Amino acid sequence: MTDATIEHGESVDEERRDFIHIATVAAAGVGAAAVAIPVVAQMLPAADTKAASSLEVDISKVPVGGEIRVLIGGKPFFVRHRTAAEIAAAEAVDVGTLPEPETDEERLRPTPSGEFNKAILVTSGACTHLGCVPVGPGGGNLGDYGGWYCPCHGSHYDTSGRIRKGPAPSNLPIPDYRYVSESVISISL
Amino acid sequence: MSGHESTYKPASGFTRWLDDRLPIVRLAHDSFVDFPTPKNLNYWYTFGGILAVCLAIQIITGVVLAMHYTPTVDEGFASVERIMRDVPYGWLLRYVHANGASFFFLAVYIHMFRGLYYGSYKAPREVLWLLGCIIFFLMIATAFLGYMLPWGQMSYHGANVITGLIGALPIIGEPIQTWLMGGPSIGNATLQRFFSLHYLLPFMIAGVVILHIWALHVPGNNNPTGVEVKEVKKDTVPFHPYYTVKDGFAIVVFLIVFAIFVFYMPTVLGHADNYIEANPLVTPAHIVPEWYLLPFYAILRAITFDIGPIDAKLLGVIAMFASIAVLFMVPWLDTSKVKSMRYRPVAKQFFFGFVACSLLLGWCGAVNPDDPVIPLGEDKLLVSYTDANGFVATAEFDAYEEAVAEVESLPADSGASISVQKAPAFRFVHLAQILTVYYFAYFLVILPLLGLREKPKNEPESIHKSVLGGHKSSDAALAPAE
Ligand code: HEM
Ligand code: FES
Repeated sequence: MTDATIEHGESVDEERRDFIHIATVAAAGVGAAAVAIPVVAQMLPAADTKAASSLEVDISKVPVGGEIRVLIGGKPFFVRHRTAAEIAAAEAVDVGTLPEPETDEERLRPTPSGEFNKAILVTSGACTHLGCVPVGPGGGNLGDYGGWYCPCHGSHYDTSGRIRKGPAPSNLPIPDYRYVSESVISISL
Repeated sequence: MSGHESTYKPASGFTRWLDDRLPIVRLAHDSFVDFPTPKNLNYWYTFGGILAVCLAIQIITGVVLAMHYTPTVDEGFASVERIMRDVPYGWLLRYVHANGASFFFLAVYIHMFRGLYYGSYKAPREVLWLLGCIIFFLMIATAFLGYMLPWGQMSYHGANVITGLIGALPIIGEPIQTWLMGGPSIGNATLQRFFSLHYLLPFMIAGVVILHIWALHVPGNNNPTGVEVKEVKKDTVPFHPYYTVKDGFAIVVFLIVFAIFVFYMPTVLGHADNYIEANPLVTPAHIVPEWYLLPFYAILRAITFDIGPIDAKLLGVIAMFASIAVLFMVPWLDTSKVKSMRYRPVAKQFFFGFVACSLLLGWCGAVNPDDPVIPLGEDKLLVSYTDANGFVATAEFDAYEEAVAEVESLPADSGASISVQKAPAFRFVHLAQILTVYYFAYFLVILPLLGLREKPKNEPESIHKSVLGGHKSSDAALAPAE
């Protein structure tokens, strides 16, 4: 060994020391990273939480002019049974004048027969401003456009769940849902 | 000061034996008995001791509450109500813990303003100040987590707003938000982890407090003159009995005020909404945090405009975190050579402006940002309808009855509706914007520039001289006696 030195009366092999040094630090580093993975990952949604992320709703139970509100994984959704007047109001709007232009039909999903069931509107129940839950037919205030009104900072949604007035930046999003049959829909997160 | 020599003399055989093995009594003696402390500390300096008591109160009541509390969405609210009604003295424990959090923050704010006024963050106490900022940050986190536990309406929707802020970060925001909540929304997983962390953080605070006191005892206390100790004998007195008694007295007075709240108005600092069990489908009309976080909430809401690609929501989050982060930089932002604002006539005025700014921000955080501070006219009612020619027409009214009469007089197919047209006004959101600018300007502009330009008054030569003040002659008279 060329770089052997004498320390405390003993011959020291520097290379061997370096190897042990680096190997120890490397093992500690990899070990720390290996431990960090489960420690961080355990906080992600658990399997049962993820499994509970869709729900079937029987739309025949929703009264005309009313709505039901469901929670999926703790998130609110509206299923509204619109009156003929409400559907007409939603379709009559000049889409170009909307803050977020979308036609009423773009906000519906086809039934198994391929038709649109215009009476049933399914939207997220979280105001796109800061996430409050707007009041609707059950709350006695439909806002200026007959849809929903968010009392937190005064956002008005129309009968298609589109933002019309107030601080909310966008329409109530349409969740991922499909018609399982003519009277049952399945909403997923 | 760490430099001072230990004066501890173990008195008994046992303490001598212990001192050779673990000199813990010596450490306590040197830190809290014979610790040389500037003789001119005023009552603003008693809040450190008060804070230690607050932390102890929170930990003791918290550990006991945890014996009765159940951290689940189904039983959390009920278990807190059970603590209030059925557990012997449970009402007392909970009220002490809930009001204790408020008083903890009251004390820490006074303590921090004290530090800002007397320049206690300046060399050689920068690390001491940084550790204090870390404690403050951990306190905010702890209080936020704790407020979630009763699982009331404010607990739930408050936590929703705050976790939603993290979701505002681009790209990484939503994954982090989901990771924090342990699911798509706030739920059982969130409550359980918040409880676990709410239990943990106070002990981390206690750890940082030990470092904070260590960092205090290396340079020793600052004092109202900002002049360092020159002669230990003349400028200082031993901590015990001088400051044990002064701190003790202040603690008693503080606890009396605290007791008045706990026993006579235990709920004034809280929100009635939090006595309604959390319901994700119904949002309370006003979501506001506890009073001690209102100034930061006001800064968050003051940002209502986008800057370039960064939208208002994200900017608000950045501003809120920056308002705390800026505290960490204070030792390097203030360029003045003079520590105490007693001798900085201009800085002093900006400082009191800053105190007022903080309090007003708290006010802005508590109210609806759209409410007018100074109305510049009356709100009007606007009736809009489609006229006979198919054009949209509007009419303005002052009184609701008149507007209704107008709507009724119009044909049914005109689609008439009434809305409120707000009069122009100087609103709370505008006030909050001005105050936010001052908040940041104080740290980022005023402290750096003023330190270079201001002409300070003469500082006293020493603590000793300043205490004797005008009585220079008695100073001379005293001298021979030494
Ligand atoms: C830095 C110290 C602490 C602060 C600032 C703090 C703050 C809070 C706050 C604000 C609440 C909500 C009170 C309410 O409105 O009901 C709370 C609740 C609670 N805290 Fe703490 N806490 C601290 C330490 C602790 C510790 C060490 C424990 C020990 C386990 C604990 C256990 C609890 C429990 C079980 C609750 C729920 C019962 C209740 O709501 O009263 N806390 N805490
Ligand atoms: S959260 Fe709905 S308007 Fe602000």
